Amino acid sequence: MHIPDGFIDIPTSAAFAAIAAAAVAISLKGAKSSLDEKTAPLAGLTATFIFAVQMLNFPVAAGTSGHLLGGALAAVLIGPFAATLAITVVLLMQGLLFADGGLSAMGLNVFNMSVVGVWVGYTIFLLVKKLLPRSKSSIAIAATIGALLSVPAAAASFGLQYALGGTSTFSIGAVFTAMIGTHILIGIGEAIITGFAVAAVMASRSDLVYGFKGETTPLEVRTHNE
Amino acid sequence: MVATPISEWQAFIAFLALVITASLIAKIEITTLLKRAVIEVPFILFAILMPFFGTGEKFSVGPLDLYRAGLLAGASIVAKGTLGVLCAVLLSTTTTARELLRGLERLRLPIVMVQIASFMLRYINVISDEMQRMKVARESRGFEATGIKHWKILATSAAALFIRSYERGERVHLAMLSRGFDGNLPQSELRRVGVNVWLKALSISIIALLISILTQVIG
Repeated sequence: MHIPDGFIDIPTSAAFAAIAAAAVAISLKGAKSSLDEKTAPLAGLTATFIFAVQMLNFPVAAGTSGHLLGGALAAVLIGPFAATLAITVVLLMQGLLFADGGLSAMGLNVFNMSVVGVWVGYTIFLLVKKLLPRSKSSIAIAATIGALLSVPAAAASFGLQYALGGTSTFSIGAVFTAMIGTHILIGIGEAIITGFAVAAVMASRSDLVYGFKGETTPLEVRTHNE
Repeated sequence: MVATPISEWQAFIAFLALVITASLIAKIEITTLLKRAVIEVPFILFAILMPFFGTGEKFSVGPLDLYRAGLLAGASIVAKGTLGVLCAVLLSTTTTARELLRGLERLRLPIVMVQIASFMLRYINVISDEMQRMKVARESRGFEATGIKHWKILATSAAALFIRSYERGERVHLAMLSRGFDGNLPQSELRRVGVNVWLKALSISIIALLISILTQVIG
């Protein structure tokens, strides 16, 4: 569910579109330095993955279900730069092809989900990873906590946009509390799923996980007479 | 359109008429238009609540007590949101994905972003088929997701889907290299666009702009 047209006023939308565009430009540079000419196919297929995984329904209770947002997951798996690009493209296509999210609100949506969602998730991931012992399971735990906080952070960012340029008459405090409250719950679901997913990728192809790069322990040489 | 204040309500009726006329000319069924606009429903519910919870001046309509400011803001959100969704549906039903991408390229979206988007559109069916096959495989083993206790299995499927997508990306990249890829995709052929097409394409925007100026002047 993305912000539609007319929900936040034009000056605020334009300001956030400018910030989002700058962040995307930085991410383009960052992704180019780490992925080089592989950027387009790898970020492209990851964008496809994010788009597909958002259609995967996770049953909650009594017929309700939710889906993964994937910001923190993408950041841990392919790095924050490429994740920002992939999620921005997903949002662009959702807006242009499926009318999900207004075109004049594109900057707002990109800022919340592919800038705040990805970078808060990744920063927390890095911090937690530092605190935990160096092991494979720490990566999944750090990703879980990153995902847990990235969702309410994106909701808080929406709260900020609403405070600056909301067009409805609900008080800022009420919207803020409601958004953060529901998104803490969503964040818990996001955290559990992200944790399991990262753990599963770590178990089979830990070399693909961007957040695990450079963590390899040197090979142990064992000989039979030891 | 988004910039027009809601108090110029005549303008919004004219905008709606314009969008509907355009979709009639484009031979889009109204039902298709409505079906695809369903995505907006949660925000409409939010907007409908607004006149009931608010502050400031009140007035009553029959048995209901409504807040004037809330009603106006709610109406504004419904009107602008609906028009926005209808325009986007109009765009996506009349324009192929390929043309949209070329348009984005002309609008100076960075070329890498256009490439990412084109890979996404090209592989979306492949990846969602892959996901569907995994679902069939899970179900054929008697799995049925009913609650939180099944999240681990679904998350593991998501991980498998990621690995398959990423590995496909690597294979695609290698295939591109073997065909002489050097980091730049060849420019897609530029189609000459005549004045007529420009006029036709811009007619909707121009009429909308005229409506908005007219109502500002008259109102």
